[in-house]
Amino acid sequence: MAQIERPLSPHLQVYRLPLTALASITHRATGVGLGFGTLLLTWWLVAAASGPEAYGNFQWFAGSILGILILFGFTWALSFHLLNGLRHLFWDAGWGFDKQESHKASLLVVGGSVALTVIVWIAAFIF
Amino acid sequence: MVEFALPKNSKVGTGKSVKAPSGSKRVKAFKVYRYDPDSGKNPTLDTFEVDLDQCGPMVLDALIKIKNEVDSSLTFRRSCREGVCGSCAMNIDGGNTLACTKAIEDVSGEVKIYPLPHMPVVKDLVPDLTHFYAQYASIKPWMQTETPAPTRERLQSKEDREKLDGLYECILCACCSTSCPSYWWNGDRYLGPAILLQAYRWLVDTRDEGTGERLDNLEDPFRLYRCHTIMNCTNTCPKGLNPAKAIASIKQMMVERRG
Repeated sequence: MAQIERPLSPHLQVYRLPLTALASITHRATGVGLGFGTLLLTWWLVAAASGPEAYGNFQWFAGSILGILILFGFTWALSFHLLNGLRHLFWDAGWGFDKQESHKASLLVVGGSVALTVIVWIAAFIF
Repeated sequence: MVEFALPKNSKVGTGKSVKAPSGSKRVKAFKVYRYDPDSGKNPTLDTFEVDLDQCGPMVLDALIKIKNEVDSSLTFRRSCREGVCGSCAMNIDGGNTLACTKAIEDVSGEVKIYPLPHMPVVKDLVPDLTHFYAQYASIKPWMQTETPAPTRERLQSKEDREKLDGLYECILCACCSTSCPSYWWNGDRYLGPAILLQAYRWLVDTRDEGTGERLDNLEDPFRLYRCHTIMNCTNTCPKGLNPAKAIASIKQMMVERRG
């Protein structure tokens, strides 16, 4: 008798991911997002070097609702990736592996990234 | 490879439903993954209602009761019923654990029971662990020595022995490895948390003299470095061990020996 093809047991469909896992996938997603965001940064630099008209185009985009939304998202992605990146440094040094500690650190990273984003934007409007 | 969806033959359908006997007061529903290799049909999720007044406190008690009284074809592994053997590892209420040490009352609402995630299913709650065991064998889980055998035991100081605490307790139930997304996507080459914790158990054993070769074997983008510190392993270990930390310790040993 031919070997029957065994089914694969459910994984993502049934697994309740803990906060540390959600932070991990968010780290990767924000990393990819920052990669695309860097294209916008490049556009900004090229526009600044190309002259007033090109720079004006960029400024119009950055000032539009979509532009502001993207910039806001970029700020948060950067904050999250930065804070979680610091956490990876601690991990590499062998710290923060305790179950409760790592959960708290995840909360800290999430809360910290939101706070950092808000601070950056308040600062941007004030100065 | 990363594949979020289940293959066609693995999609879970709705199965049969068995009511609790009339007059039951504390009824709890158990939704259990069923797969019969002889039927050629897709897996299903069967519902069994159990009267908790007539049942032991653990999820394993409920499974045994269902098998004894309702459906004798329900298939699962179990042996010690006290968290020592690791046979009854399965996915209960969204997390991997041992059915024998998981209290029913710790689950609110229906108790959903699946086999260990992302594994080939032999039948019902029994996954095929062949590859997992082969990976275990690949790390040579025994003491390797070059110095001639002494006339008595190889001695170890109390402090050196303590380095094995939190490692030797691992029962290889595979809860951690099958909770790990990295192991889901790259389990063919990534060793996974359970095997890496075992590898570290031999790396820190001061009596073992195979450290260099052991590290050589692990120095690989997949075998060791697919760990991205997702921490599902540590969160799910039914013995309260910390595979993520053990893996980090191996990574540190790699850095240290490069000097």
